[in-house]
Amino acid sequence: MALRDLPAADLAASLEEEAPAATRERHGWKWLLCAPALAVLVFAASGPLLIVLVYSFLTPGSFGGVRWEFSTEAWFRVFFARDIFDPEDVRPNAAHLAIFWRSVTLALQTTLICAVLGFPTAWFIATRPAHSRGLWLFLITIPFWTNLLIRTFAIQEVIRNQGLINTVLLRLGVIDAPIQMMYTDFAILIGMAYVFLPLMVLPLYAAMDKLDIRLLEAGYDLYASRWRVLRHIVLPLVKPGFIAGSILVFIPSIGAYVTPRVLGGGRNMMLGNLIELQFGQGRNWPLGAALAMTMLVLVVAALVFYIRTVGREEAGRRDG
Amino acid sequence: MRDTSAAETRHGTQAAPEVEIERLCKVFGLGVAAFRALDEVTLTIRRGEFFTLLGPSGCGKTTLLRLIAGFEQPSAGALRINGRAVAGLGPNQRPVNTVFQNYALFPHMTVADNIGFGLKMLGRPRAEVRATTAEMLRLVRMEAMADRRPAEISGGQQQRVALARALAPRPRVLLLDEPLSALDLKLRKEMQTELKRLQAETGITFVFVTHDQQEALTMSDRVAVMSAGRVLQTGAPEEIYNRPADRFVADFIGDTNFLDAEVAAVAGDAAELRLPGGAVVWAGLPEGLRPARGDRVTVVIRPEHARLAEDGPLAGTVERSVFFGTDTHLHLRLDGGGAFILRRQNTAAVNGAPAPGSRVRLGVAEGAVQILRD
Repeated sequence: MALRDLPAADLAASLEEEAPAATRERHGWKWLLCAPALAVLVFAASGPLLIVLVYSFLTPGSFGGVRWEFSTEAWFRVFFARDIFDPEDVRPNAAHLAIFWRSVTLALQTTLICAVLGFPTAWFIATRPAHSRGLWLFLITIPFWTNLLIRTFAIQEVIRNQGLINTVLLRLGVIDAPIQMMYTDFAILIGMAYVFLPLMVLPLYAAMDKLDIRLLEAGYDLYASRWRVLRHIVLPLVKPGFIAGSILVFIPSIGAYVTPRVLGGGRNMMLGNLIELQFGQGRNWPLGAALAMTMLVLVVAALVFYIRTVGREEAGRRDG
Repeated sequence: MRDTSAAETRHGTQAAPEVEIERLCKVFGLGVAAFRALDEVTLTIRRGEFFTLLGPSGCGKTTLLRLIAGFEQPSAGALRINGRAVAGLGPNQRPVNTVFQNYALFPHMTVADNIGFGLKMLGRPRAEVRATTAEMLRLVRMEAMADRRPAEISGGQQQRVALARALAPRPRVLLLDEPLSALDLKLRKEMQTELKRLQAETGITFVFVTHDQQEALTMSDRVAVMSAGRVLQTGAPEEIYNRPADRFVADFIGDTNFLDAEVAAVAGDAAELRLPGGAVVWAGLPEGLRPARGDRVTVVIRPEHARLAEDGPLAGTVERSVFFGTDTHLHLRLDGGGAFILRRQNTAAVNGAPAPGSRVRLGVAEGAVQILRD
């Protein structure tokens, strides 16, 4: 599975094992072999990011684009709003803060749902006979082959007022009127959990695949109940999979654009939609750029916090 | 089948049964694909003995061990541990612990945490867990490694930790599934001694699975030889070696010469046998075997039970000799057909062997010729 090559998976793996300093030194100048890849990274990844950073300190053009005049107004506007008539009347930008909050909580909830659903799914696949695991993994990845927009519309077909769930419940007489699910945060959550679930299942599967079934037997043999084998042996050993999966789900969730647009309607915006708005109808590129950088900082801060917390837990257990 | 054990002779009385296995069957798969891994196995393992299940791979010895541990449930038959039927009980409900072939140490725990795991799961107080862990670390001489992870210690050390982990909860029975097979020869010899010492110190019943007959003979109080899901013979190592019940046991344990013989006369519980080349020897009959005059039987003679003797009954030609240091193996072609291997102890006086092609005569010690029932 090429998944192990993903940077996030590597990141998680490197958390687990500390590379001995000796091996690092032995490589000497060999890192130069990475130069072409480094060049691509610098120009293709860091370059555009740098442009976004520079734009966030410029002045918006009247019809989109930017004027090359330095300004911190965009950054100011990320967090604060000015009264239209009295620019000196400054308040916190409640709309932006609400969108930040919605993005972060929805991304966290999505990650949690994917973890809860992904664990038994990955466990099911990992415990199938070797020859049928490929088929199950294939089934998990099939949605990836379909356009994201189409999958999102499919979800809409299930949860809208005349959709599958409401029709069935109405016919069964469980409810009298359709439950409003479309255009709510709940709809966005369902949509994102559905779309990103494979990103949790695959790294979890990779971790479980390496898990030696005899360790579980050893646990049972040493008087652990099934629950305690799960708690004391399985969960600690598949934790790298959880970390990789959480990172892979959390990052695209917080920046999700299509899903909140289709399932959340115009009202329940997330960060991705807010940023798009500035570059489109809003014609405020610097604000869009500043918002994008804010999101980047948010994600990095969340990752650092997550890794620190997990790492400390690990260290604590080692000492205790 | 006579059943004498070293444990029995040591204590003078027959020890109480620890594990009783009655007509135990285990079938894997269904219908045509069904595989009978265990076929009506009946065994009694006595309290405090070192009992070995010996057999080639696929003979069902590991399946039997897994049934005792509770990882598998029997298809038929009864299994009692300390007099209590354990059918339907999981591994966590049986007073039995296992040392796995690959050790199966928990990689995310320290050596000390691995050893204390069983006691912790049993809900013992922290202080007791700590004390017993320290005691076990001392027992397997791993005190210095308490805070290491399994990946940071050697294979032999992992083996000791696996032993300590399984012994810490003080099980009634310790099951060992080929625990020495991953170790190199020198370490294996060390661990054999170590295992015997641990068994003597703890007094726990050991059930040891191996395919290595040498290991089985040197370590066990009693051995059960298994093949194709059945127990062929149970007994003390000396008995198994000297009075093999059938051809398989004779062949599997040690080196053996098989000879075709014809029964010339039967008198009491002995028979006069005509060997290839016309030699005539007397041999005791195994229990329950009463051949008639003229019957063809197979006899076995261990390579070290024959000797070169001018007036011996067997004659043959030396084909080649192989020098082993402590002894020399002479490969002979007997007059009247059949190959024969003779093991000769090398001493200061006798060193070297007759040249290939030379004629020799063989004498066999009294009781060296065993008739097989097959």
